[in-house]
Amino acid sequence: MNISEWKMSSEVKGAVEFRNVVKKYGSVVALKELTLRIEPKKLVTLLGPSGCGKTTTLRLIAGLESATTGSILIGGEDVTHLSATYRKVSMVFQSYALFPHMTVAENVSYGLTVKGTPKRAALEKAETGLSMVGLAGFGNRLPSELSGGQQQRVAVARAIVLEPEVLLLDEPLSNLDAKLRRHVREEIRQIQQDLGLTAVYVTHDQEEAMAVSDEIVVMKNAEIAQAGTPWDLYERPASAFIADFIGDANLVPCEIVGQNGNETSMRVRERLVSVPGVYDLVNEAQVVLRPHKISVGGTQTPGSFPAEVTYAAYLGNQIQYTVEGPLGHLFVTSEVTAKPARKGDSVFVNFDEQDLRLVA
Amino acid sequence: MKRTLTLWVVTGILGFCIFPWYMTDSGFWSSQTLRDPLVMDSASGLVSIFYHDRWWLFLPLLSLIGVLLVQCLPLRPVLEARLIAGLAIFALSFCALQGLVISRSGPSVFPWLWGEAASSGQPGMGIGAGLFALSALFVLTSSVSHMGRGRGDAFVTGMIGLIVSLVVVFVFYPVLHILVQALQLPGGGYAFSVFASGFFASDIWDLSCLFGGNACGVAINSIFLAVSTGLGTTVLGLAFALFFTRTAFPAKKLLRVLTVIPIITPPFVIGLALILLFGRTGTITEFAADLFGVEKSRWLYGFWGIYFAQMLSFTPIAFLVLIGVVEGVSPSMEEASQTLDANRWQTFRFVSLPLMRPGLANAFLLGFIESLADFGNPLVLGGNYDVLSTEIYYAIVGSVADPARAAILAFTLLLLTLTAFIAQRTWLGKKSYATVTGKADSGQHAALSPMVKRFCYGITLPWAALTAIVYSMIVFGSFVKLWGYNHSFTTEHYVRAFGIDFSDGIRFVGAAWDSYFTTLTISTAAAPLTALIGLATAYLLVRQKFIGKSAFEFGTMLSFAIPGTVIGVSYIMAFNFPPIELTGTSVILIVVFVFRNMPVGVRGGVAAMSQLDKSLDEASLTLGANSFTTVRRVIAPLMGPAMLAALTYSFVRAITSVSAVIFLVSAKHNMATSFIVGRVENGEFGFAIAYSAVLIVTMLAAILGLQFLIGQRRLRRTNRVEGAVAA
Repeated sequence: MNISEWKMSSEVKGAVEFRNVVKKYGSVVALKELTLRIEPKKLVTLLGPSGCGKTTTLRLIAGLESATTGSILIGGEDVTHLSATYRKVSMVFQSYALFPHMTVAENVSYGLTVKGTPKRAALEKAETGLSMVGLAGFGNRLPSELSGGQQQRVAVARAIVLEPEVLLLDEPLSNLDAKLRRHVREEIRQIQQDLGLTAVYVTHDQEEAMAVSDEIVVMKNAEIAQAGTPWDLYERPASAFIADFIGDANLVPCEIVGQNGNETSMRVRERLVSVPGVYDLVNEAQVVLRPHKISVGGTQTPGSFPAEVTYAAYLGNQIQYTVEGPLGHLFVTSEVTAKPARKGDSVFVNFDEQDLRLVA
Repeated sequence: MKRTLTLWVVTGILGFCIFPWYMTDSGFWSSQTLRDPLVMDSASGLVSIFYHDRWWLFLPLLSLIGVLLVQCLPLRPVLEARLIAGLAIFALSFCALQGLVISRSGPSVFPWLWGEAASSGQPGMGIGAGLFALSALFVLTSSVSHMGRGRGDAFVTGMIGLIVSLVVVFVFYPVLHILVQALQLPGGGYAFSVFASGFFASDIWDLSCLFGGNACGVAINSIFLAVSTGLGTTVLGLAFALFFTRTAFPAKKLLRVLTVIPIITPPFVIGLALILLFGRTGTITEFAADLFGVEKSRWLYGFWGIYFAQMLSFTPIAFLVLIGVVEGVSPSMEEASQTLDANRWQTFRFVSLPLMRPGLANAFLLGFIESLADFGNPLVLGGNYDVLSTEIYYAIVGSVADPARAAILAFTLLLLTLTAFIAQRTWLGKKSYATVTGKADSGQHAALSPMVKRFCYGITLPWAALTAIVYSMIVFGSFVKLWGYNHSFTTEHYVRAFGIDFSDGIRFVGAAWDSYFTTLTISTAAAPLTALIGLATAYLLVRQKFIGKSAFEFGTMLSFAIPGTVIGVSYIMAFNFPPIELTGTSVILIVVFVFRNMPVGVRGGVAAMSQLDKSLDEASLTLGANSFTTVRRVIAPLMGPAMLAALTYSFVRAITSVSAVIFLVSAKHNMATSFIVGRVENGEFGFAIAYSAVLIVTMLAAILGLQFLIGQRRLRRTNRVEGAVAA
């Protein structure tokens, strides 16, 4: 089978749906009433701090955990009570979980042979899979003879040769070093798009999530905090948590003073500003100020606030400041200038109304 | 999955209709069943119903046929599974019940109910009944898996069901017999008062020796000995552990062998060697008498002799526990202590030692349990110091057999060991300061302070020398004519034991060959079964979640706390009569080894399994393999070394065991250890020692052979695993 035929057969692969799924371990609630739909052929990332329930969600799709209540559908079929063995999903593990006593080819063909594919055909298909991840000819090696990145790709090949309806990836890059990580995540995204696979990707690294996803589901305390495209989450955070978790954010308290048609006006300290959009908020709220949207200067400008630099660090491509003033602690990144501010300097910080977002 | 269920139903029905339901004269199988199916003794269940009026056997058959019918009905899957489970439970429990109620002498309850045929009784269950019960069990477990339990996995529920049933039948059922026996009145019937008067009798709990009286009760004697041995072996074990891990003594490897050899020594051999050294005519006794005029006494035959022998026997066990504990203390803790300006002694006293405390308590309890259960040394050296394990033996084989007293003594002993066992599990179970985290923990262990070092050397070196002398005595003693009287060299003992006559083909004429071959055969048969059941249990404990798992774990580890003598007594009480009649067969010997040594297989398996990353199983499952395939293709190959270790251990234990075996051997199936004990009782020390030496050599050969295999495997495996997990 060549790659284009493979692509054809993956056209029918389906969606994943959670309907009011609750998962409890004894009295500990790992998931509260999760309802979620993952569209076919999309790469959806489950993102959140550790213990938020993202890995549990992934393992529920795999069938490695069973739901306490609610139902799970894959490709329109109810699989809630189906064990992992019989689900058409495959998973790439954080530790790769390559079988150390089998060669690379045996590892990749394992899923095919246990389902009764003749050994010869299985090995042929394994070779196709290996060439897709750029490891053609590595079949006779043992996993221990490969580098970390190569092992990772073997794990991906092993999962995709089964032509799963859904590919699950559990923090697949966390054991790779930072440079390799960016390279491999591009590859994974490429393969997912080439094969038109539905993929569910778990990570706690927001940058990684932004880079690979069609859609991101941010989870917190066993439930969904916000779901949307990377753009949505960054530009329209629904809560202070999201604003802070997706990219850095300074949260400054503000007072809402009124709605003007399609704009909301509010007071940040003594400055009156208005932002586009109607928010369902009363009185107390916070504005989100991204660090790179704050300017630090030596001279006063309209609307600026005085502040003192309490920390300054030169990072080569940017300078990071912490400044203290009427707006509280602010974290600021600024371009490298000829004469950067130093610790203890008195400066003026300013921002553009257009860059403000409002959260509860 | 439904196919599996139907297959088991059909197997059960076939077992019922074709194979002999009862034990036959020749054991489980008789060709007569096929030649002449109607003969009563070897009749199948079906024939027994219609030709021999054993109508009650019809009920279990009916329930299995019922299962087939239920499968044909259009029912909701869960309801169907529940109905099938109900029918299977009925078949199983009725099978057990009729077997227990109708013994050889007819029904013991409601005689009018069972009819004419029952009054002539029925023999023990045979292959047909066994097959039927096994099938019913698997029908039950597969139907449970269909109810959505055990993640819907018939293989896992089947394994749980099988292990639980085996433990119930071969551990709980016999131990329960001790209780029943202890409550039984001499003329029949049961009363608690019988038990109470026997249990609280002064010959068990008498404390008078503490206040200048003559002798304490047996239980007090046992406890006193066990506490002394527990303390002594813990101190010695700690000294050895520190010696091996924290000092730079040059000949450590050689000494290491000396600490391990006692483990492969049959338990009474050390007692025997001590007699040769310190007995009335012992070498050292004579020497001391000649040189210093020390009066020859019988001090060895009593508390001090047993204590001495047990210290020699059980120090290696404490050492093996404590070396792990000492190594488990994180070097960074000790380094932290030293950077905080503590000196070596303070570091040891206030950091290392407190961290080892749970391990020390564990070693103490192990020594305590081992000492209580020890049978060989008290038997050889006991003299007038009675302990529970030997008293049980004398109550069974003594001039006046008194099974009721044996039962009460066995109950007392069981109570003591179980208390220690439960204390160990609840109190120490989770309390471990072992700081091996899996993260690379570099750093150096602190060197010992001069005082501790002197203490370690002062204890371990003389002790090692003594062990070496004891063992050379075993070799030496087997080559002299008559120890203490005639020290001229002879191979006579070996010839008598292991002579081979080549004059007319090869004939094994030596007196020991019979029991030697039996021992090897039975140990070889028991070892793989033990390893298999132990590792299967470990797999369930580590990898599966199911209701009642902690009870399951407790049950499988329990037989570790049951002393061999108690097991032996309970087996002859339970398996001498229908429904399960095994005494006098080789099967009972294999069974007793499997269930006595199982806990160690479980522990080894749990340790090995915990080191296998769980994601390996999960990867296999998500790739579409079922649990059985996962076990076969992923887990089993990676568990090779643990498997071989379990094999070695159970093989060695089966050869050296004496306490349980001595009750269960028969003229036809005699084991080496009980044969040797017989020689010792006849005073044939030379012969006994020669035989023991051969046994030790046999085990060494087996261990080295298996070690060689393990070593090979491990070398190949480590690279692979390291590579796969690193990165």
